[in-house]
Amino acid sequence: MTEIERHNYDVVVIGAGGAGLRAAIEAREQGKRTAIICKSLFGKAHTVMAEGGIAAAMGNVNSGDNWQVHFRDTMRGGKFLNNWRMAELHAKEAPERVWELETYGALFDRTKDGRISQRNFGGHEYPRLAHVGDRTGLELIRTLQQKIVSLQQEDYKATGDYEANIKVFQELTITELVKAGDRIAGAFGYWRESGRFVVFETPAVVLATGGIGKSFKVTSNSWEYTGDGHALALRAGAALINMEFIQFHPTGMVWPPSVKGILVTESVRGDGGVLRNSEGKRFMFEYIPDVFKEKYATTEEEGDRWYTDPDNNRRPPELLPRDEVARSINSEVKAGRGTPHGGVFLDVSTRLPAEEIKRRLPSMHHQFKELADVDITAEPMEVGPTCHYVMGGIEVDPDTGQSAVPGLFAAGECSGGMHGSNRLGGNSLSDLLVFGRRAGLGAAGYVDSLTGPRPLVTEAQVSQASKDALAPFEGSGENPYTIHTELQQVMNDLVGIIRTGEEMKLALKKLDELRQRANHIAVEGHRQFNPGWHLAIDLRNMLWISECVARAALERTESRGGHTRDDFPGMDAGWRSTLLVCTTSDEGIDVRRQDQIPLRADLLDLFEKDELGKYFVSEELSAHRAEGTA
Amino acid sequence: MGYKASFKVWRGDDKDGGLHDFLVEVNEGEVVLDIIHRLQATQAPDLAVRWNCKAGKCGSCSAEINGRPRLLCMTRMSTFTEDETITVTPMRTFPVIKDLVTDVSFNYQKAREIPSFAPPPGVQPGDYRMQQVDVERSQEFRKCIECFLCQNTCHVVRDHEENKQNFAGPRFLMRVAELEMHPLDAEDRVSAAQEAHGLGMCNITKCCTEVCPEHIKITDNALIPLKERVADRKYDPLFAVASLFRRKR
Amino acid sequence: MTVTPGAPGRARIEARTLRTDRWWLAPLVTFTGLMIFIIYGTVRAFQNANYWVPQYHYLAPFYSPCLSAVCEPGSSHFGQWFPDLGPLVTPPLFVLPFVLGFRLTCYYYRKAYYRAFWLSPPACAVAEPHAKYSGETRFPLIMQNIHRYFFYAAIPVALVLTWDTVIAFHGKDGGFGIGLGTLIMVVNVSLIWAYTVSCHSCRHIMGGKLTHFSKHPVRYWLWQQVSKFNGKHMQLAWASLISVGLTDLYVSLVAGGAISDLRIFN
Repeated sequence: MTEIERHNYDVVVIGAGGAGLRAAIEAREQGKRTAIICKSLFGKAHTVMAEGGIAAAMGNVNSGDNWQVHFRDTMRGGKFLNNWRMAELHAKEAPERVWELETYGALFDRTKDGRISQRNFGGHEYPRLAHVGDRTGLELIRTLQQKIVSLQQEDYKATGDYEANIKVFQELTITELVKAGDRIAGAFGYWRESGRFVVFETPAVVLATGGIGKSFKVTSNSWEYTGDGHALALRAGAALINMEFIQFHPTGMVWPPSVKGILVTESVRGDGGVLRNSEGKRFMFEYIPDVFKEKYATTEEEGDRWYTDPDNNRRPPELLPRDEVARSINSEVKAGRGTPHGGVFLDVSTRLPAEEIKRRLPSMHHQFKELADVDITAEPMEVGPTCHYVMGGIEVDPDTGQSAVPGLFAAGECSGGMHGSNRLGGNSLSDLLVFGRRAGLGAAGYVDSLTGPRPLVTEAQVSQASKDALAPFEGSGENPYTIHTELQQVMNDLVGIIRTGEEMKLALKKLDELRQRANHIAVEGHRQFNPGWHLAIDLRNMLWISECVARAALERTESRGGHTRDDFPGMDAGWRSTLLVCTTSDEGIDVRRQDQIPLRADLLDLFEKDELGKYFVSEELSAHRAEGTA
Repeated sequence: MGYKASFKVWRGDDKDGGLHDFLVEVNEGEVVLDIIHRLQATQAPDLAVRWNCKAGKCGSCSAEINGRPRLLCMTRMSTFTEDETITVTPMRTFPVIKDLVTDVSFNYQKAREIPSFAPPPGVQPGDYRMQQVDVERSQEFRKCIECFLCQNTCHVVRDHEENKQNFAGPRFLMRVAELEMHPLDAEDRVSAAQEAHGLGMCNITKCCTEVCPEHIKITDNALIPLKERVADRKYDPLFAVASLFRRKR
Repeated sequence: MTVTPGAPGRARIEARTLRTDRWWLAPLVTFTGLMIFIIYGTVRAFQNANYWVPQYHYLAPFYSPCLSAVCEPGSSHFGQWFPDLGPLVTPPLFVLPFVLGFRLTCYYYRKAYYRAFWLSPPACAVAEPHAKYSGETRFPLIMQNIHRYFFYAAIPVALVLTWDTVIAFHGKDGGFGIGLGTLIMVVNVSLIWAYTVSCHSCRHIMGGKLTHFSKHPVRYWLWQQVSKFNGKHMQLAWASLISVGLTDLYVSLVAGGAISDLRIFN
């Protein structure tokens, strides 16, 4: 066997989306030799798909905005299951992180007085989202990418080598984290291009691998979203929290098949788009839940008046929170009132003049024209719920991003806690920046704190990891594509948007079968750029994580945010203080309950007691200011 | 509604390769990338193709379809007749790795050679003030998804490998234009555009604009304005005289 | 004709192009169109006759301004600057370098003739036949960079054509009159102006060179207007080329007596 390629770094960042790049920039600026590893090309990460904007309470459009308001909105959105320290840091630091992007060269849309413009978005009390049209994610990723290039240019001037202190290893997959004792010692992976193995020796790894959407059939996520970071952390001994919470966006494209799941932005409904079933009925009026009865219009006439006169009318029910709308669409389709392709109609063509649609929704017009051959100014779109975001992830220390494993850090979608049971639009990009930076800083601090020789990667560990990676070539069973398709079907049908105990028990049984079959996967061809092999390796991660999701979802006997149980439809205040934690042991995946840390008193006081009463059990509110004065 | 389409897909590596024939099922509403994926799942599990978002937003699945540089995910099968043979080949300008996957590192090298955004000295983060009309031109260029189809189609490097050394290509000349039009950038790249990045090699034959999936007007809005700025600096005697006076003063 | 001989590591594809559409059509049309104009223009430039209709004050655009001592009486509106230098040096030769220079260095025409005449490239993703390529970095093509000076020169030329059009409102009795020729000249001069102001150099001079539009509202407005025309530069280039040829042909036919002008008024 040929010599295995080895690299030595202070910090290795896995994932080159917003969080990974921001972490790498920070680690390098702290003087650490940093490697960035990504499965696709540099600059192609899924962050580019984000449309809306970056939530940050800069108060440029409405000066009433501040971090406290943003904090409150975030906690409400997450149904108070959020890690409050993360929500606090996020709300406080987001503006600085956005301003910093301008110093890297970002060009946001502007206000009249030349500041960064901010837009309204669901769940945010004030206009708060810094944006560039509807391609904010692209701007974010390109800006961070170009900042890294500029750091490399600095290094080139100083040393004659662009890659002296920060290097991108693109199209490289990490299959294993290597530990020495309880600490991180390195990472093992392979070049997708050649199939050759690589060992990174490093005391600190930052995971920033994004989400898990590729385990579901209908998803807005790309192929990279196979839960790699979640699975690597789990196998390395870290814990995953909140895995039962998955956000389904109500409006994804359902036709043509090639784009099924791709997002149709919320602004379509915000600008007047309405949802109809195959009988032509605006069905959302049937689905207004009791808690929202006073806030939403009960007749089409009133709903229509809201667009021009929001002060004297109630908003139409198409603008209910994401989970409500997604569930309603689901019910209509199940009741046989769906469109030919299994969605419902989202119509803006009869609501606005063609020119107005093109002006307000340029990218949606373009997207449907080019991908579906549908002219949204003349005909309705077909839409349905799509798996969009996982709130759950690696449990980390809010301030440093460190997991339970010394030397293992995480940031972005693959970390958990920040968004509680449901994420607000716009809070994802700010999350990446705030906690990406903190994880980079945390990793650099951890490296500084190390004394004595660095932990080593042993030959035995390397040869075991190589053997595991090559196992699919030895198999004699099925093609990985078949098993992947079945996994997606199981997760979509049985652990999807509406869940029941019986179905999830069935799902766990099926997942078990799938894993047995996956052990015998057969891959054809050789190691050079072999997508079948790549999928076989990613599939293991998806199976681990899917089991975490299903087990946690079965355990939580209530409905909250991104977790809806048909057999337990109500939210239960008793569950609010309980987190479900997924770990591995010799027996396999294990899910246990863990108490949530009580909300700090001064943060509790940011809310009125009446509101908190809807979410908390009364004993938890004894520290509230209203108790002291009573 | 489905039918069987004839495909010719280039398979091979940097040493050898050729077009392979496939007969493959096509369903309504599909794009070329779907067909490539079907080939992977049914007939050629190790067929290499690069892709990511499948919505024309990441710029990964660049290739050539019937000889034209296109994104595989944005080329609908309905644009072809049912009896048409569809040829899919890797981008020609870059070294091939395997099948439809090419080595695009040329572009990352060129990206490094363009001096980055230089923050205005003395302006603190949060104090940046820019007017919308001043950022709009650069914003158009920042729509670029870096699919590198313009780099691939540009004959300066496509037909002349030896020019790669001295020519940054449309994408990165556009990056120079973007920074030059940035209202707060503090660096000057005009002379370098001509001398170091090879703007003079461009003969504005507009293929970059033709293939851009983001419909950025690369030639009219970036390259020609940059050529005019270079002309101000290097080829216009009036400006030379004016700058003499400026220096004296 | 080999494709990038010896390019290391590229996919082995022998065909010069795999395009299946009629990619050769556009360069062929361009080639034919420009060739017709060149041949017609050459014939006309050395014809040295049939360019002035004294009755209606029609001056053929190829002979405007007519600055030579050999010009027909009454056709030199701006004086006769040059002596008679023999039959080979016809009046158009004094003006043509400026007019042709503007079009020759124009960013659109450059694209058109690089593609259609020099095949560099003939069409997108179709290999060009040349072994070496240096673009516009060397003499003579580096001279394309002085396009703006031809733009400056194009303005007086357009003014002259405007004057020619004004005086073409001339009737049989010496007073005001309109004929088909007048209208053709009006259309022609409008297209010439539109083409001239839609020039990329003009767009740059008006405001494109600025980094801060917000500090120069007037120039920003001008730049926006020119940009609108600039978006149609190709169409205007062809329309004005055809119109100038047809106008010249019409005047020459009337001047030569082959047809008589269709009079609308006087």
